[in-house]
Amino acid sequence: MQSHSPSSLAAPAHESPTGEEPVVSARGLAKRFDDLVAVDSVDFDIARGESFGFLGPNGAGKTSTMRMIACMSPKSAGTLRVLGMDPDTDGPAIRGRIGLVPQEDTLDLQLTVLDNLMIYGRYFDLPKKVIRERAQRLLEFAELGDRAADTVEPLSGGMKRRLTIARALISEPDLLILDEPTTGLDPQARHLLWDRLYRLKSQGVTLVITTHYMDEAEQLCDRLVVMDKGRIAASGSPADLIEHYATREVLELRFHGGEAPVERLQGIADRAEVLPDRVLLYSSDGDRALEEVRARGIDPLNSLVRRSTLEDVFLSLTGRTLVD
Amino acid sequence: MDTAHGTRLPPTLRVLRYHFYTYMRTWRSSLTTSFLAPVLYLAAMGVGLGSLINKHVGTVDHVRYLSFVAPGLLAASAMQVAASDSMYPVMAAIKWIRTYYAMLATPLRVLDVLLGHFAWVTVRLVLTAVAYLGVMAAFGTVHSPLALLAVPVAVLTGLAFSGVISAFAATQENDQGFATMSRMGLIPLFLLSATFFPLTQLPGWMHPVAYATPLYHGVDLCRMLVLGRVDRISAMWDVMYLAGLSAFGLLLARRLFAKRLVV
Repeated sequence: MQSHSPSSLAAPAHESPTGEEPVVSARGLAKRFDDLVAVDSVDFDIARGESFGFLGPNGAGKTSTMRMIACMSPKSAGTLRVLGMDPDTDGPAIRGRIGLVPQEDTLDLQLTVLDNLMIYGRYFDLPKKVIRERAQRLLEFAELGDRAADTVEPLSGGMKRRLTIARALISEPDLLILDEPTTGLDPQARHLLWDRLYRLKSQGVTLVITTHYMDEAEQLCDRLVVMDKGRIAASGSPADLIEHYATREVLELRFHGGEAPVERLQGIADRAEVLPDRVLLYSSDGDRALEEVRARGIDPLNSLVRRSTLEDVFLSLTGRTLVD
Repeated sequence: MDTAHGTRLPPTLRVLRYHFYTYMRTWRSSLTTSFLAPVLYLAAMGVGLGSLINKHVGTVDHVRYLSFVAPGLLAASAMQVAASDSMYPVMAAIKWIRTYYAMLATPLRVLDVLLGHFAWVTVRLVLTAVAYLGVMAAFGTVHSPLALLAVPVAVLTGLAFSGVISAFAATQENDQGFATMSRMGLIPLFLLSATFFPLTQLPGWMHPVAYATPLYHGVDLCRMLVLGRVDRISAMWDVMYLAGLSAFGLLLARRLFAKRLVV
């Protein structure tokens, strides 16, 4: 049985695919709160037009990194450049060109959907006529076209999130930052949101997304970094990461009473992970591994052959799951 | 990328504009505390209680009771408006609705949020004071053209409270502190700052306590102006106290807003 080595933190993600100046660039970026190190010296580049992800469990430092990029939280160390400017000195100018969808809602619940868009647009000092035109288009895009005059408070979580995205786009930003965009939403709402974000992506908007959902990262991101405990453990496209850190397929086995005959499973797969409730056998051919398991007279309660995901990548890198 | 072909309005005024916008849609809910309650006090105390006092005691501080109490209530209503605009709205904007964070995600800075807040409180104080002065005139309690100066005095009184209360609100995680502040601070001040009766009615040891608190100075100054009896030395001390406390409060609020909002 191989053991994961969390110390094998991989190389930085600064290989900008297009070669032009990155939209966001970080070197040795760090964030400290008193004695807590939230972000511990990270490097990354985000290119224009790409959809870039920060994947990691809660507490990994994703939100702290987002807030630094969005110029809402000052960095503690390192360099950070956003849209060619320095957040420490050009915060307002940068914020004028980015859109932020925060983790917690900041909508005015007592006012209407349209009011919220008008107010936000006026913070940027956009003319009312311009805001109204854009608001109409954005509400259609967010599937809230018929809700413009409705008060925000009674809307569902998914609608509020779509409204926040529409609001973040009112200034036609160069960069859209989304912090855990689908946390707390039901599956239907999540898929609608992904569809909208995918459409934005196809329009060439640069997206930066943080998430702890591996399916979200796989669906939406061109490239991503895996973050854990304030550091970047690996980076690349979802396909590259899976190929590098996991096999093509995984055989999941569950046993009676959770007691896995671990010694008897040795040698079947390239790598194995023993979790509290199941054993994961990583192999290029999951069905063959299952046959071998049966051939050895081992009778699991349950078996499942599936493709590897970013969850498996995270497990391989850190020995823990993304969601506890 | 968008180059704002906008009105080029300074960021602070964009925050003020937001407060106007919201107020236009929610003003009815604040009418009771900021206007109706003081008017009711004027009617109940000034006329109801006043007729009793006039009949049995005569004048209070050389004027009918209604004329004595009205300017006190003007200053007190400034305190009320300032306090109510600086407690829950600030906390809601930080913790529950998170309006300030929405602002800070745009080109606005903490200083804009702060100054926009105080600019709005000032507007509210002016509107309340002018309306109240109108009611006072209708009740026949305005005895001097100097009464017009009572409007900026009411604003200054309100700001003296708004500064420190806003700063306090920015440090709170729940509204327990507000309840305590109302019960142990604002209500005693309301009752005992020469609002309803002259300070001479209180025991001697309480007089210095009153002089040390802000509302007394606002009441004293408003009364002097509305009745046309200005003691220059007293007035100077009153103004200095209120201006000093306002400045202190604003600077404290600037520090504590930044500490809470930019982490």
